[in-house]
Amino acid sequence: MSREKTWKEISPAGVCPKSSTSFLTGDWKTYTPVRDLEKCTTCLICVIYCPDGAIRWRPELGKIEIDLNFCKGCGICANECPTKAITMKLDKGDE
Amino acid sequence: MANNVKQERMALNGDEAAAYAAKQSEVDVVAAYPITPQTIIVEKFSEYVADGEVNTEFVCTESEHSALTACIAASSTGARTFTASASAGLALMHEMLFVASGCRTPIVMAIANRALSAPLNIHGDHSDSMAQRDSGWIQIYVENAQEAYDSIIQAFRIAENSKVLLPVIVGLDGFTLSHTLENVNGLPDDAVKQFVGTRQLTTVTTHEGKTVPFKLDPANPMTIGPIALQNYYFEFKRQQEEGMKNALTVIQQVHDEYAALSGRSYGNGLIEEYQLEDAEVATICAGSTAGTMKTVVDELRQEGVKAGLLKLRTFRPFPVEAVRNALKNVKAVAVMDKSMSFGGNGGAVFHEVRHAMYDAATHPLIVDYIYGLGGRDLNPKEFRRVYDDVHRMLHAGRVDKLVHFLGLRE
Repeated sequence: MSREKTWKEISPAGVCPKSSTSFLTGDWKTYTPVRDLEKCTTCLICVIYCPDGAIRWRPELGKIEIDLNFCKGCGICANECPTKAITMKLDKGDE
Repeated sequence: MANNVKQERMALNGDEAAAYAAKQSEVDVVAAYPITPQTIIVEKFSEYVADGEVNTEFVCTESEHSALTACIAASSTGARTFTASASAGLALMHEMLFVASGCRTPIVMAIANRALSAPLNIHGDHSDSMAQRDSGWIQIYVENAQEAYDSIIQAFRIAENSKVLLPVIVGLDGFTLSHTLENVNGLPDDAVKQFVGTRQLTTVTTHEGKTVPFKLDPANPMTIGPIALQNYYFEFKRQQEEGMKNALTVIQQVHDEYAALSGRSYGNGLIEEYQLEDAEVATICAGSTAGTMKTVVDELRQEGVKAGLLKLRTFRPFPVEAVRNALKNVKAVAVMDKSMSFGGNGGAVFHEVRHAMYDAATHPLIVDYIYGLGGRDLNPKEFRRVYDDVHRMLHAGRVDKLVHFLGLRE
């Protein structure tokens, strides 16, 4: 990790030095969404409901991707999935 | 001092003078909510808007909390922003006052100083702004409507200075100043426009690595005032303290420049020394009381008493050096506090003055007088008694009672 800066080196008012995409909020999670592709109908409800935009529809691949770097493990996708294709599993490190 | 512009003499009360100054300073946004005794300020300003005399976005909000929130947002986009409040309104802004200073938004706010409930009281004392002492706002207290006008104009230059970048409160005593008609000399519009100038923006480096003007702008996206935890919060607070430190110099520079333009000065902009040079006894006060106190000092001087006055114009940042220097030859001092710090063994100004004098080579005897709470009026005779008390203290050579209540039925 780089050296933390002094008050003379930083921008005023907490102006963000990095893009929000460089803050990997995925490391907050306890539970990880795991999909059962047999049950998934690609209805995209999980894409719409994900509060972090961590679930994306990739039309060029014809599939849904979950970016675990930004998934906080809230479980809304699993709750909303009409076919129960998503289940929340405890992260290995927390078992 | 050169008075090189023609000025217009007007009959204005303190609130109208503040509104007129904001108008001439060409503010981009005013967001406000009415409260006595400030109401006239935004009322007057809304007239300017309705009559097309200003090019200002006027936002009527549903509360003072929202008013200041709107001001912070507006100021973050680089807009020159003005608002006004008092008493409970300022108290409701409390949370957002810290956001404004933390986001380094140079908002100027006129406060028509008023007591806080309960019991309900609409009259003037300094309880409202003194309670916001630690919110990171610069605080200037004025003596009359003329100084309210002059100080609002100066406040934009102080707040927007890149070395300061902090919001400013200009406090004028409720009713005593806010609602009292006085002669006010106004500068021509173009003179004020030239003096205040357009808001200059400092530059920052964004997350994209670009160096851009410090403002919210879709062309150069940035995040202002987000989360900073144990690793950085402290550093941002230290930056604000530097802004306050720099303000001590900037307030004086702006004051001197304005004095050269208008022919009006208020000491050095931080404090005003009145007959203090050879004074043995002195009082210290902020706001309209200074006017009454000058009359008392004049009377005492005619009788041969070496009396003086230190008018505290800038309360935040507190001008420690200036106060210490001004009081270096004074032997006994009474601090006048128009607010109470319950259980604090004296008022806010008293604490600051005693603190400033601790490291002085010689200490005057210093006592505190709490006075005028809830707008209780005091006449020159009563203020004279303070000088008499201070004289007795000087002869006795000791402080018998640290905190006094002046004008209270005991």
